[in-house]
Amino acid sequence: MSISEQSIMSEPSEAGRFGEFGGRFVPETLVPACQELEASFREAWADPVFRAELDQVLREYAGRPSMITECYQLGAKLGIRLVLKREDLNHTGSHKINNVLGQVLLAKRMGKKRIVAETGAGQHGVASATAAALMGMSCKVYMGAVDVERQALNVFRMKLLGAEVEAVHSGSRTLKDAVNEAMRDWVASVESTHYCLGSVMGPHPYPWMVREFHRVIGSEAREQCLERYGKDPDFVVACVGGGSNAIGIFSGFVDTDARLIGVEPAGGAAVGRGQPGVVHGMRSYLMQDEYGQVQEAHSISAGLDYPGVGPEHSYLASIGRAEYPTVTDAEVIEAFQLMAKTEGIIPALECAHALAWITREAPKMQGKTVLMNLSGRGDKDVGQMMEILG
Amino acid sequence: MSATVLTSLEATLRAKRDAGRKILVPYVTGGLKGWTDAIRAAAANGADVIEIGLPFSDPVMDGPIIQEASQRALDDGATPVSILEGVRTLDVDVPLVVMCYYNTVHHAGHERFASQLVQAGITGAIIPDLPLEESGPWCSAADAVGLSTIMLAAPTAPDERLPRVCARARGFVYSVGLLGVTGERTELAATASQLASRLKKITDVPVIIGVGVSNSAQAVEACKVADGIVQGASVVRRLMEGGADAVGAYVAEVRAAIDAG
Repeated sequence: MSISEQSIMSEPSEAGRFGEFGGRFVPETLVPACQELEASFREAWADPVFRAELDQVLREYAGRPSMITECYQLGAKLGIRLVLKREDLNHTGSHKINNVLGQVLLAKRMGKKRIVAETGAGQHGVASATAAALMGMSCKVYMGAVDVERQALNVFRMKLLGAEVEAVHSGSRTLKDAVNEAMRDWVASVESTHYCLGSVMGPHPYPWMVREFHRVIGSEAREQCLERYGKDPDFVVACVGGGSNAIGIFSGFVDTDARLIGVEPAGGAAVGRGQPGVVHGMRSYLMQDEYGQVQEAHSISAGLDYPGVGPEHSYLASIGRAEYPTVTDAEVIEAFQLMAKTEGIIPALECAHALAWITREAPKMQGKTVLMNLSGRGDKDVGQMMEILG
Repeated sequence: MSATVLTSLEATLRAKRDAGRKILVPYVTGGLKGWTDAIRAAAANGADVIEIGLPFSDPVMDGPIIQEASQRALDDGATPVSILEGVRTLDVDVPLVVMCYYNTVHHAGHERFASQLVQAGITGAIIPDLPLEESGPWCSAADAVGLSTIMLAAPTAPDERLPRVCARARGFVYSVGLLGVTGERTELAATASQLASRLKKITDVPVIIGVGVSNSAQAVEACKVADGIVQGASVVRRLMEGGADAVGAYVAEVRAAIDAG
């Protein structure tokens, strides 16, 4: 692409729209806070001092850049060149830290004293608790009661890091209800508190801001692929719940010829099975019934148990730039074990979705270079897998 | 506002206000066991408008009581269609408005939803997750059929924002009483009177305080500044605990208190 041409993933419109998706559908109480956040982010993102501060903490604390790893055994077995972007090696064990360090630095710059966050699998909660500990802010994490149960280890990690964890018992008691409860907290505490949203979702400016904080994944990966292989990959594959790790890696390749694949769980296929709807501040594809009641997602992975998806994914799907296939829990369990046994890497169950699609589709990708975002490590899932595999 | 033709709801409420009456708006969750009887009881005991909630799976502006009521109604199979059918059978002579989250509207389609409401005898709509900037398409559809869109004003709004909110409000302005979600509180928040007073200075549209007005004493306090009050969680809790009779008794108590000032 020429320099003058605008990227497909540039700034959203003034109203926070990516095509017909996005927007700012929040209670009136939160409108000024969203406007203030947008202005603060815009100002900080253009300020070399803020950028340098963030770069430094990403390098010296989070451990960036994360490397790429070629999976020689698995690649040979599948007949493809399989390359992993190793976000699992970041401090706290997932890509979530990129966004959290950005948001907490920004919150501090805005004079906020407290952050609230929602979490599904617990990775964003752990990252938020970590950043809050590092930067001396108080932190409260809302987590669905079902997830508190299946991710007990991460609950304990958050508490060790000094955060308060509140189990949410309303609705489906998973990620979507944790988002509701975090928003309710923010409505009541908006003057002192920043809502550290964990994915490329929610009201404008979150989908845009969180993407910019994760852009580092795609920028690094593109450079690393060019350096290592002299060309862009043919496929870029990532799992999609809200879609932050996928947006991060897609942002580096959206203007190349690479096919972009966002893999959704069969039981939480917002793009695959949803219709446009409005929840959590955004217009996007959403699993809902005939009256617009939001349906519950069901997936083996707590991090992908979300009935919606970030609005920019809906946009990329609507223009045909990215594809959003689904995989089943059974395929995911297979892929999880396959990566552990052939590469010595235990992936997060979320990322095992991406691998499950790759293994299934490998016969159609023979000889191709496939870049997969390994967005998190699987230690948190070992207890759950122990029960499943017996 | 002089160029705007008043909606029937707003004309009714202005006339009551100008006659010195404080406006009492009880809220009832549609589809909750006993809800139609509760509306009749509220109407018979001094309500000026009744707000009917259409339960939604993800009610982000609601606290524990209305969340529970919504969940119970949904579990009993309530839908917007079944509730509007129930509304048609009510035969009460006070204006009825709905409170619903925007996805209910979006999913049905703006024009279709607006006409469904009008056909059921509803005169206004409160959509708490549809702020001013996103409200254009819905408001056009509502205006076209004479339905009042009741805008919310929040304590966090800067001074320049409030006149724009008031200019778009039809029927009344819903003055959010506190920073937070619906639910009963031990005291009326200071923000309740502060915001209502800011609004009264800039608009002639009736200003009604809702969220966090929890009993008759707080209602009296709020009505010192505002033109009226919404009673939400306190009504819904009584409906869940004591049925329609408890709602009627409570509405009568609040009515008497605000009439006495």
